[in-house]
Amino acid sequence: MALLAVKNIKKNFGKNEVLRDVSFTLERGQVLAIIGSSGSGKTTLLRCLNFLETADSGSILVDGEPVFDAGAAYTDAQIREKRLKFGLVFQSFNLFPQYNVMENLTLAPKLALGKKKLPAAEKKAAMAEIEHKAEELLNRVGLSDRRDAYPCQLSGGQQQRVAIARALVLKPEILCFDEPTSALDPELTGEVLRVIKGLKGEDRTMIVVTHEMEFAKNVADKVIFMADGVIEEVGTPEEIFEHPKSEKTKTFLSNSLEKLY
Amino acid sequence: MGFWEVTLSLLDGLEQTCLIFALTLVLALPLGLVISFGSMSKFKPLAYITKIFVWIIRGVPLMLQVIIVFYVPGFLMGAPLFSRFGSVIAAFVINYACYFSEIYRGGIESIAKGQYEAGQVLGMTKTQILFKVVLMQVVKRILAPMSNEVITLVKDTALARVIMIVEIIQAAQNFAAYGLIWPLFYTAVFYLIFVGLLSLLFGYFEKKLDYYKA
Repeated sequence: MALLAVKNIKKNFGKNEVLRDVSFTLERGQVLAIIGSSGSGKTTLLRCLNFLETADSGSILVDGEPVFDAGAAYTDAQIREKRLKFGLVFQSFNLFPQYNVMENLTLAPKLALGKKKLPAAEKKAAMAEIEHKAEELLNRVGLSDRRDAYPCQLSGGQQQRVAIARALVLKPEILCFDEPTSALDPELTGEVLRVIKGLKGEDRTMIVVTHEMEFAKNVADKVIFMADGVIEEVGTPEEIFEHPKSEKTKTFLSNSLEKLY
Repeated sequence: MGFWEVTLSLLDGLEQTCLIFALTLVLALPLGLVISFGSMSKFKPLAYITKIFVWIIRGVPLMLQVIIVFYVPGFLMGAPLFSRFGSVIAAFVINYACYFSEIYRGGIESIAKGQYEAGQVLGMTKTQILFKVVLMQVVKRILAPMSNEVITLVKDTALARVIMIVEIIQAAQNFAAYGLIWPLFYTAVFYLIFVGLLSLLFGYFEKKLDYYKA
């Protein structure tokens, strides 16, 4: 059974139909790249998965369990619980500027733990565990030595790596990236893409909305090309990049891959 | 009438000045936050009513507001609603709360949407996002405009004498009856020390929040 099943998602902003009946599935451990022009609905789709937007119709299942159904009404607490199945790394990092790197990683899990009623000793152990997990993830993204730095002291690439670690502390089933390198200088995109590629080796399920075609080609197991709010074409990287069937896909790819010289 | 006698008398006036200043600040700071939530409300009628209220309070001179609060209930109901001091506090608190509310609103609205969204996707509650993520950033951003308002408040307390509250200016003016003008100019020293201390305090806060940029 697919880890993620998205069924018939529709989303309008006023009269503007941003998503028009989007459905797809994703297996555990797979990396899905979503490509397409600006305004094709890629980001909105990701935001629907993370409950930052509410789809007008459709449903989302994780591991066969429904996490969203447009007909149902959810309380804030339910949404908070369900959205933790997904992690999201933003285009503009969105680190908390007043906290250092370590605090950025541990703030949310510690607050969640603080709300739980646990014996003092257990709580203390759980706090230590969060710290430990955060240390480990910082190490993984290669920033152990910057644990006490504030976001304003880091480069964009470093900030994004912290943001990735911050999303991973909460152990999401599916980690989403919303154009993770679009706000970065070209020489900094490499370090972020390498981290994401490294995570793939650990059998993580990921969805990456990206304009980095080479990255999508080399890292993704599955590629979705979106145009005008629908999935125009879906397939393996080879199918999409080497043998696109749709005219729209062909045009988009030739425009994207076309070199200026 | 010697220097010490005048000084002691002015210190008496200063006590009233400080009292008006402190009470206004303590009450208007939280009330301003409530008003700012009103003007940012998604419930449009509430937002409009709040905005009209803020327009009126900011549009009418504070001196006139003090007079209105003290005298108008008396005209309408035959008896004043507040004591002299009570009227001053009521008028000052409402007036300053409106100014503060606009500073708060500016600060809160200047926080990027991404900060809220980052908190949300990390599973934080609205209250946690407000207090643990947004508030500290708002405080940093509004510190400079707030210090302006607070310093203005120090000097606005002099308006209380319009309904015969003997604050420091009035205390000095009382000496004019004895042909002494210099106590009036002497009050400037007290104001300067008061504002100087406040500036140091705000400078200290600013420095404390200087460790990050946002």
